[in-house]
Amino acid sequence: MKKVFKMQDLDCANCAAKMENAIKKIDGVIDANVSFMTQKLTLEADDDRFDEIAKEAAKVCRKVDADCTVLL
Amino acid sequence: MTRKQKKMLLRILISGGLFVAGEVAAAQVWLAPALFLAAYLIIGWDVLYKAARNIVAGQVFDENFLMCIATIGAWGLAIYDRVTGAASMVGYDEAVAVMLFYQVGELFQSCAVGRSRASIAQLMDIRPDYANLRRGEEIVRVDPDEVEIGQIIVVKAGEKIPLDGVVVSGETTVNTAALTGEPAPRDLVCGDEAVSGCINLTGLVEIRVTKPFGESTVAKILDLVENASSKKARAENFITRFARYYTPAVVLSALVLALVPPLVVGGWGVWFHRALIFLVVSCPCALVISVPLSFFGGIGGASKRGILVKGSNYLEALADTKTVVFDKTGTLTRGEFEVVDLWPAKGVEREQLLETAALAESYSDHPIALSLRRAYSVDGKERVGEVQTRAGSGVSAMVDGAQVLVGNAVLMEENGIKVTVPPRAGTVVYAAREGVYLGAILIADRVKEDAAQAVAALHRAGINRIVMLTGDTEAAGKEIADQLGLDEVHARLLPGDKVTAVERMLEEQTGRGKLVFVGDGINDAPVLSRADIGVAMGGLGSDAAIEAADIVLMDDRPSGLVTAIRVAQKTLRIVRQNIVFALAVKLGVLLLSAIGYAGMWQAVFADVGVAVIAILNAARALNTKNL
Repeated sequence: MKKVFKMQDLDCANCAAKMENAIKKIDGVIDANVSFMTQKLTLEADDDRFDEIAKEAAKVCRKVDADCTVLL
Repeated sequence: MTRKQKKMLLRILISGGLFVAGEVAAAQVWLAPALFLAAYLIIGWDVLYKAARNIVAGQVFDENFLMCIATIGAWGLAIYDRVTGAASMVGYDEAVAVMLFYQVGELFQSCAVGRSRASIAQLMDIRPDYANLRRGEEIVRVDPDEVEIGQIIVVKAGEKIPLDGVVVSGETTVNTAALTGEPAPRDLVCGDEAVSGCINLTGLVEIRVTKPFGESTVAKILDLVENASSKKARAENFITRFARYYTPAVVLSALVLALVPPLVVGGWGVWFHRALIFLVVSCPCALVISVPLSFFGGIGGASKRGILVKGSNYLEALADTKTVVFDKTGTLTRGEFEVVDLWPAKGVEREQLLETAALAESYSDHPIALSLRRAYSVDGKERVGEVQTRAGSGVSAMVDGAQVLVGNAVLMEENGIKVTVPPRAGTVVYAAREGVYLGAILIADRVKEDAAQAVAALHRAGINRIVMLTGDTEAAGKEIADQLGLDEVHARLLPGDKVTAVERMLEEQTGRGKLVFVGDGINDAPVLSRADIGVAMGGLGSDAAIEAADIVLMDDRPSGLVTAIRVAQKTLRIVRQNIVFALAVKLGVLLLSAIGYAGMWQAVFADVGVAVIAILNAARALNTKNL
């Protein structure tokens, strides 16, 4: 399943790149893209655990930049 | 400015005021440091806080952390100088100045990015806000998402067509500019297909919706452009990879600089200060922001001109185009046959020849028959009697009671009629009445008006091999090639041969040059996907074309390709400028500071100043008006 999430207060491009890399490493993620320009996270992951993975991805983003929230 | 930015501006002003006061009171032993400390905390508390928080979260090398070490280090040095009387030339004001300058830069950066974002969003402002749904006699304003297939929507003059559909009543003129970039009006009457995203200019029309909003042209285009940044260009990947090594490398060399030289030559304070400068320069933000921003701007700017680019990688490849391969029909030519010339036999009028041929073809739907009837528009079906179609060669018909043969040379030969072969190449139709030769009619596909101009502009843009593929005869192909100034023609190709021809040309490519194939996107999907970049033309209203290609030209003029290549070249030029500029300034400042010629100010410039300049430069990619 592929889904797009809005992100709030993603202020630094380098952080976006870091988040993207970190999300890709989460187990079950097929592909992820964090767009600094559109402030969007595109997540492609296993269907049955999707919500869980999305939550995990949001946590990873917070870890990189605590100001930034993913609107699930 | 957003509220966050306004707040920051206020903090900068207060802190700046305290900083000036501190400078004025510099002679005061206790007051000056107190003023500086207040200024520092006001401007930098959030940086300190974020750094601490991120370290707890395991993120060490971020900007905040680096700014903290640099400024706290400066404080430390100032106190160290004061206590020991050493002279590393660092005052209390330095930490404040660096933090202040950094925050000003960040504010600039955030404003510049915000502005580019807004102008890109404005470019893509084709999303309809509502649809007027007809429910019985009532008209309700609903979200386009809620409209279902088969429902009737009403579009008034001045409104955007919200969903794809078929006009069921009324007639109007629409403007396709938002989709094609060209303000070309299109007339819509009952039964015509209405494309979402066009602006209804004149009349009120009712449209029966044929696609849900998610599959409508507008939604597809928006989706495509917004997702284009996920297909990253080589330059973008290079930058992210570079950033991953750059920061740790600079931090490491800062450590070396702080420890090694003083052990050899002494002067801990001086070397520690230089190491702090390194830390300030170590953020790769200028590059990491400006490169994707340039591509995003280029893609946005291209879409404004009716060119949809499906990924930054395609834009990057397009800038390196060396070979352009055009499919002939529907791309360089209009794909409509037309009567181009007539050669009546001796004693036969031109008009008479055309009339006879057109009447004999009255009942056929063959493209040749259609072109004859278009050229001779008088209706005379009642004059035509029995018609026999000879598949692949022509027709035999009774016209005004006389037997008329219209067809190719084979048909004439079979009936023992001697023909005169006309001097020009193309599709030739011969006509004869009662066994007497009437003459020859040349039918050809007209080249598009701007085709020759586009080919010349491509040559000027540095593309040295422009090839046309066609299923036509060599002579017909050659004639068009000469007319347009093409470099090569490959004629008599079956659809399968086109793939082979493109593959051969791909093998002949050298170096980084890229091959672009331009087709109409309808029956050339295999070739489009085989080429380095597949460009489909006439995307407006053709889903197949949008699906199959990497780049879609919304209208059907070949000069759109020239614009696309120019946008790509401009974007890549900006990307290169930014990479070279940012790296040169950063490395230069690193080098100068290592040997003591650059101070904290230059370092902060190399960090945020360069980022701001690079962002402003990247924003130029958006402007594609004059390309």
